[in-house]
Amino acid sequence: MLEIRGLRASAGGNEILRGIDLTVNAGEVHAIMGPNGSGKSTLAQVLAGHPAYEVTGGRVSYLGQDLLEMEPEERAQAGVFLAFQYPVEIPGVSNAYFLRAACNEIRKARGLEELDPMDFLDVLEEKLKVVEWGPEIMSRAVNSGFSGGEKKRNEILQMAVLEPRLAVLDETDSGLDIDALRIVAGGVNRLRRPDNATIVVTHYQRLLNYIVPDYVHVLSGGRIVRSGGKELALELEARGYDWVEAPAGVA
Amino acid sequence: MTATWVRRFDATATPDEPEWLRPVRRAAIDRFAGTGFPAPRDEEWRFTPVAAITQAEFEPARPGSRVSRDAIAPFVFGHAEWPLLVFIDGRFDASLSMVPALPGGARAGSLAEAITAGDATLARHLGHHAPVESSGFTALNTAFIQDGAFVHVPAGVELAMPVHLVFVSSGETEGTVAQPRNLIVIEAAARASVVESYVTLAPGRRYFTNAVTEVVSGEGAWTEHTRIQRESDSAYHIGLTHVEQAAGSHYRSFTLAMGGAIARHNLHVRLNAPRIETLLYGLYLTRGDQLVDNHTAIHHDHPDCNSWEVYKGVMAGESRAVFNGKVLVRPEAQKTDAKQTNRNLLLSDGARVHTKPQLEIFADDVKCTHGATVGRLDDVALFYLRSRGIDAATARVLLTYAFAAEVVEEVALEPVRLELERLVRERLGAGD
Amino acid sequence: MSSPVETLVNNEYKYGFVTDIDADAAPRGLNDETIRLISAKKGEPDWLLDWRLRAFRGWQKMSEPHSWPNIHYDPIDYQDIIYYSAPRTAKPLGSLDEVDPKLLETYTKLGIPLSEQKVLAGVAVDAIFDSVSVGTSYKARLLEEGIIFCSFGEAVREHPDLVRTYLGSVVPASDNFFAALNAAVFSDGSFVYVPKGVKCPMELSTYFRINAEGTGQFERTLIIADEGASVSYLEGCTAPRRDTNQLHAAVVELVALDRASIKYSTVQNWYAGDENGVGGIYNFVTKRGTAQTGAKISWTQVETGSAITWKYPSVILQGDDSVGEFYSVAVVNGRQQADTGTKMIHMGRNTRSTIVSKGISAGRGQNSYRGQVKVLPRAEGARNYTQCDSMLIGNRCGAHTFPYIDVQNPSASLEHEASTSKIGEDQLFYCKQRGLNTENAISMIVNGFCKEVFKELPMEFAVEAQKLLGISLEGSVG
Repeated sequence: MLEIRGLRASAGGNEILRGIDLTVNAGEVHAIMGPNGSGKSTLAQVLAGHPAYEVTGGRVSYLGQDLLEMEPEERAQAGVFLAFQYPVEIPGVSNAYFLRAACNEIRKARGLEELDPMDFLDVLEEKLKVVEWGPEIMSRAVNSGFSGGEKKRNEILQMAVLEPRLAVLDETDSGLDIDALRIVAGGVNRLRRPDNATIVVTHYQRLLNYIVPDYVHVLSGGRIVRSGGKELALELEARGYDWVEAPAGVA
Repeated sequence: MTATWVRRFDATATPDEPEWLRPVRRAAIDRFAGTGFPAPRDEEWRFTPVAAITQAEFEPARPGSRVSRDAIAPFVFGHAEWPLLVFIDGRFDASLSMVPALPGGARAGSLAEAITAGDATLARHLGHHAPVESSGFTALNTAFIQDGAFVHVPAGVELAMPVHLVFVSSGETEGTVAQPRNLIVIEAAARASVVESYVTLAPGRRYFTNAVTEVVSGEGAWTEHTRIQRESDSAYHIGLTHVEQAAGSHYRSFTLAMGGAIARHNLHVRLNAPRIETLLYGLYLTRGDQLVDNHTAIHHDHPDCNSWEVYKGVMAGESRAVFNGKVLVRPEAQKTDAKQTNRNLLLSDGARVHTKPQLEIFADDVKCTHGATVGRLDDVALFYLRSRGIDAATARVLLTYAFAAEVVEEVALEPVRLELERLVRERLGAGD
Repeated sequence: MSSPVETLVNNEYKYGFVTDIDADAAPRGLNDETIRLISAKKGEPDWLLDWRLRAFRGWQKMSEPHSWPNIHYDPIDYQDIIYYSAPRTAKPLGSLDEVDPKLLETYTKLGIPLSEQKVLAGVAVDAIFDSVSVGTSYKARLLEEGIIFCSFGEAVREHPDLVRTYLGSVVPASDNFFAALNAAVFSDGSFVYVPKGVKCPMELSTYFRINAEGTGQFERTLIIADEGASVSYLEGCTAPRRDTNQLHAAVVELVALDRASIKYSTVQNWYAGDENGVGGIYNFVTKRGTAQTGAKISWTQVETGSAITWKYPSVILQGDDSVGEFYSVAVVNGRQQADTGTKMIHMGRNTRSTIVSKGISAGRGQNSYRGQVKVLPRAEGARNYTQCDSMLIGNRCGAHTFPYIDVQNPSASLEHEASTSKIGEDQLFYCKQRGLNTENAISMIVNGFCKEVFKELPMEFAVEAQKLLGISLEGSVG
């Protein structure tokens, strides 16, 4: 589904990704771990097409398309979903309006009929259960005045409604208490299907107790320095990031 | 009385005047002759009834008033070793002043003496910052530059103690005018605190103070500037403080205005380079039929600067306060973060406030806010205090003091803060 | 890297067409004769002619306000304007069926169908074409309730006492330069009277259209809500695209007697001139209402058009417990200049006012909010809340805030808040990551910014306003 080869990217003249190789197949869950500043969030943002990052090398193929050539909204319409580390507030725009507009853009791109407000409400009712929310959240402005936990839950709700093929969760666990973490992780697990894939970017192993990955990759200095199964996360937890950072140059 | 002043200028012999000063004063009197004093139709002067000043004849105060050390003692505070510069009716009085040797070649003294001495720093800055176009009062002050304070802190020098400038109106005769002119130059990475006090020995006298202070803050300099205006309740006071800030500098100002029949302070700050921080705090306390006007203008001309402004006012009797705060953000000044707040408390039926907080923004990536409130004491808080056994009058004083003290707390230097708190307490009738 | 906001394409003003219709026009220029001609054309009584002439004398002694508004333009040549232009067919009309088909077509093109079967359900429309009213719909239905809704000219003929009582009672002929000019030369406008206790059963609407070249439009609207009455009134405006500036100097007077309520909504979309500032309407408008005891006046405006906008819809809160509101969205793009806001004058006890202003600046536009809140000594317990937000799109425009607050009663409570923001690149990216394209994302964010004002508009207008906002912001950004 996703094939990343030799991906390099920089921001403000500083190179952050220095040659990433990664293959993700349908049905898989990949965890990307690494210390602060290792480039994990940059990787997530680059996949979504954030304009602040400049891709300086490599290629990314997504469902046979050149992902790097696509506009952010085209990536979204093609099924790439980024759950933001810091979800953005949009004052005055209701959650319901925003989500229906997004949902219809994506449906249009897929050749599906747009949903009218009533049909959309039906879809929504089902999806709200994923994050254990009532309908009142939909009339609030997008992320405006939301607590940190509410913002993250809102990201998962959007993911449930937009039904991405490839979901990238950027530090979705940061700032969550244990109940919110359970709800968010539960939501992600309910959305797992054989035809979609998930990349979980995280600093801590904790989230991986709830979302069990098929593969774990450790990022350091802008490169993947180690890959393995889910047991790698536990080993990291026990030995700390110093352990992987030591053999510099291993890619 | 524009013509009188122009005549006076022409009649004043200045044989010792240095080459560089003459054109500065000449340009100022030409400007003044052309435009005169501000008129009520001037948008900038709409709420300041300056006719009382501009229509009256004020005689320049004659030098030589004898003032005793005891007479000025009530206006001196802090520590005995603080540098103290005393000016009587605008002229430096060496016998009342106390200037110890300052570290690193720093100087604090009479402007007149520095002019005579041909000081190079003075020549570079005096009259070059405060634009004579800003008002007829500034032009007039510049045209008659004679004496005032000159404070110069060379690069990298830190003054541990504040320099206190005390401008005393002797009030010996009615209807005089003094026009002190001050220059404060804090060079790169230097650090200093200056306190400017305007006081009177004759609380009932009608006189006029027309003061201009230029402040130059060098790269990375840190300056705290406190201005205490306690003129006679019958006096007129017009003051301009013009500040120029270089990259990475920090300037904080606190203004207490409580004197004058008509008193106005213009505070203009130009942020001339990136990464500047400007903090302006102010408190005005009015009573009787006083009018106290504060006009501030902050010019953001470069990116990555922050300005923060809080002015508060408490108005009693039939008094009137005016606040006009302008924040101007030019197209180049991206990433500006500017916040301005003005809060007013009206204590009586006859009191009145005009406030005009004003934003002019030409850059898109900025965070600029302002807020203004006008109101009276909170009934709920008042009731709460009374329910705890405090009588209504005391409760009112307590809450009023709390309202005012909040902004005084922002003064960094403790002895100055304590003195300000004392003055506010005394004025509001709050005990110790 | 150019911001995605700046890459939008230009969008043409779609109301810029000209209707080719034979007009009956006064010669260019302004003097006593012009005023007598206008008055005679309208068959006015002597008292009204005298009123006009007095206003003209006053106007001759006044000068154009140039010093205080934050707008810049060359002085207008008042002798080069045609002060009266009427479609040749205009005569007192028995019914809308008698309206010239060309005119009906014009209004249909503008989206304002006048023939009654097509009229928006529940909205009565008075259409003003250049100087005169060309038709008013639903008149009969309104008359059943005793509501008078007609052109100003008709009101002068049919209801002279009402007109004489209230004309100039809120905005005197001597009020300001443009109000005095209007009083001297106004040609038509709308008149509404809602009797005691009557709630007007439908929205009343006026649609203003400037067509002829070189004309000014000077309409005058007078709305009276008698005790306990209520009415909601909508106003829309367009003009053809021309490369000369045209002057629009209107006056609106609202009279809300005890416990009455008037809601006045405007969507102003006069031609704004091209991206270089050539052409466009100079919109100098005086709008004011007086609210008696327990009355409420609410102004809502969406200002997207005009080369220059100068207007301050105001409320004089005379009666105790009266309420004034002002909700405004002002958009400038290209070289547009707007200096707009409100005055809330608190005279009565426990009077309340709310001001919500949203200014959006793009292109090289300059947008100023200017508002005055005044609390007079008798206005015990007066309350005001003002919120004033600006949004800048691009770096060649300006947003200015000039609030004047004057409080003379210690029991008053006023709060003023203002902020400036921009469309964050992070907001845009977030929307795009959810599949929205740049235009939709901007439109959504801007509409969110203006939401508090749009929710005050009647439904059909709100939808129209949102679309208009999108159109005004397209293009010229960058």
